[in-house]
Amino acid sequence: MKVLQSGIGKLIQPPDINAFREWNRAKPKALLDKRMSEAEAIERFVRDGDYIGTELYGTVRCPMSLVNEIVRQGKKDLRVAGQGVFELDIILAAGLVKALDITYIGLEVYGVSNNLRREVESGRVETCVDWSNASIAWRFKAAAMGVPFIPVRSMLGTDTLKYSAAKVVECPFTGDPICLIPALILDVGLIHVHRADKYGNAQIDGISGFAAEMARASKRLIISTEKIVDNEEIRRRPDRTIIPYYLVDAVVEAPFGSHPGEMCYVYRRDEAQIKEWVEAAAQPETAKQYLQKYIYGVKNHQEYLEFIGQDRLTSLLH
Amino acid sequence: MSDQNSVYNPTELLICSAARLMEDNTTAFIGTGIPMLAASLAQKMHAPNLVMVFEFGGFGAILEQLPMAVGEENTFHRAIAASGICDLVETAQRGFIEYGFLGGAQIDRYGNLNTTVIGDYFHPKVRLPGSGGGNDVGSHCWQTIVIMRQDKRKFVEKVDFITTPGYLDGPGARERVGLPPGTGPYRVVTNLAILGYHPDSKRMILLATQPGISITEVLDNTGFDLLVAEQVQENPPPSSAELRILREEVDKDRLYI
Repeated sequence: MKVLQSGIGKLIQPPDINAFREWNRAKPKALLDKRMSEAEAIERFVRDGDYIGTELYGTVRCPMSLVNEIVRQGKKDLRVAGQGVFELDIILAAGLVKALDITYIGLEVYGVSNNLRREVESGRVETCVDWSNASIAWRFKAAAMGVPFIPVRSMLGTDTLKYSAAKVVECPFTGDPICLIPALILDVGLIHVHRADKYGNAQIDGISGFAAEMARASKRLIISTEKIVDNEEIRRRPDRTIIPYYLVDAVVEAPFGSHPGEMCYVYRRDEAQIKEWVEAAAQPETAKQYLQKYIYGVKNHQEYLEFIGQDRLTSLLH
Repeated sequence: MSDQNSVYNPTELLICSAARLMEDNTTAFIGTGIPMLAASLAQKMHAPNLVMVFEFGGFGAILEQLPMAVGEENTFHRAIAASGICDLVETAQRGFIEYGFLGGAQIDRYGNLNTTVIGDYFHPKVRLPGSGGGNDVGSHCWQTIVIMRQDKRKFVEKVDFITTPGYLDGPGARERVGLPPGTGPYRVVTNLAILGYHPDSKRMILLATQPGISITEVLDNTGFDLLVAEQVQENPPPSSAELRILREEVDKDRLYI
C-alpha cells in the first residue's frame, strides 16, 4: 500500500495488538466480586505515566468521583485521550497531564478552557496531538476490533491530519486516498454507568457515546456506577449490557458519580457549580482554590456528597 | 441604524437567518450554541420533521428544552434513537446526513475553518478547544453551513490552521485528497451577510446583506477578496413570529439571546 502522506504528530501510544491479545487472554474470565472504593481502584489500577481515557465527557455521564480521586492521589505525567469538558479541565488544572491526544477540550457554551490554554501554551503539556472526535472514537473501535488501524474519510486535506499521527494511503481497492488512524489501546479506561453488578456487568441508559468502544480498548477498566444491582437484574435484561464483566477490573459504587455533570433520566447537571468552576478556572490561583474546596479538602466521594449537601443533590433529581 | 434593527439583537438575527436555511424532512448535524437554537426555531416554524443529529448519539430529537451540551439528555428528548458517536458519524460517512452546522474562530475564502490554534501550532498564541466533531461534520456531510460573527480577524486571507476542510485550495481539491465527491461548504451566515460559494471557483461570494448593512460594510469586514453576486439581495429581518417563538418558546430562559 502506497503511503501518500504521514502526519508529523507523535504517536503517543503505539498500538501493540499482539501484546493486547496476551493481556486479554490473561484477564480472569471467572465471575469475581470486583467492588471496591475509588481510593482502592485508583491506587491499584492507575500508575504515574499511564495513558488514560474517560467517557462520556465532563458534564454528561462522567466518572467524576474517579477523576477526583486521581487528582487527590496526584497521579502524574498522565497521557490522556482528550475529548472532555469538565473532567479533563480538572485534571489539567491539577497539573497532572504530560501528553494529550486532543480532539476537544473546552467549556462548550461557556467558551474556551483557560486550563488547556495555560498548560499547552506554557509547554507543561509536553505533547499535544490533534484529532477529530470521531477519529478518537474510531481509534478505540480499531483497538476493540483487535486491528492496528482503521480506514476513515475524516481529517483528509487538513492541518488536523498534518499534525496528527495519521497516515494517508492509496486505497488498495479503489485507488483513492484514504486516511488510516492507529488503534488506541488505553492503559486505563474510566466509565460511569447507570447500573452494574458486583462482577462488572454494566448497563447504560440513553446515548452510549463511545462507551462500548472505549471499554473494549482498555487494558484496565474501572467502572463507577450509580448503583450496584443484583446479577439477576442484569440477566433479566441482557440486551442492555453494553460492558460485560470480563472487560472490567474494578466496580465502584458512586451515587451522583457524575456530579456536577448529569446522568440522564436520574439527575440534571448542577449549573451553579459548573458556573463556579468556569469562573474559578479563569485564573490559576482560583482554580487551585476550587480543587482545594471540592477535591483535596474532602477525603472521598461520600464526604464530597455530604459537602454538596442532600438538599442540593435532591433538587437535581428528575 | 434603522428602526428594524433596534427590535432584535445580532444573536437573534443569526439564529433566525440560520433557521431559515434548515429544511423540513432532512437531516442535519447540530452543534452546541446557535445551531441548536436555529434548529429548534426551524422545528417550531417550518421544519417540524427536521431530523437533528447530535454527534454523541442523539438522533431525531424534539427540542423542547435547550441543551447546554452536545451529549445531554435534551439532545435525545423524544428522539427516534439514542445511539453513539461511531454510529452517527458513520451514518454521515455513508452519505445519509445532508447538512452540517459549524462555527469557528477563523474562516478563509474557501470556507476552511480554524478552531485549533492562533499562531504557531507548536508555540501557540492561543490554544483553542480543537476540532471536536467539526472536522467530521465538514468531511462527511453533503453541505455545511457556518454561523459566525464577521470581522477582519475572523474572515482572514489564510487561517492559522485548517481544522475543518472547506474547499481547501480551490476546485477539485476535496476530491483530490480523498474527501467524498460532491460535498463541501454551502453557506456562511453572519451578522452582516449571507455568503455562498461560486460554483466554479469555489470562492466565497456575497449573496445577501443583513438588514441595514451595506455591501461596503461587508467588504470592509472581510480580510480577503470577497466575490459579490450580480444581484445582492437584502435578507429580510426576523419576523415578529420568528422573534416571538424564539423568545417565548425556544430560549424562554434567555440562556443565549
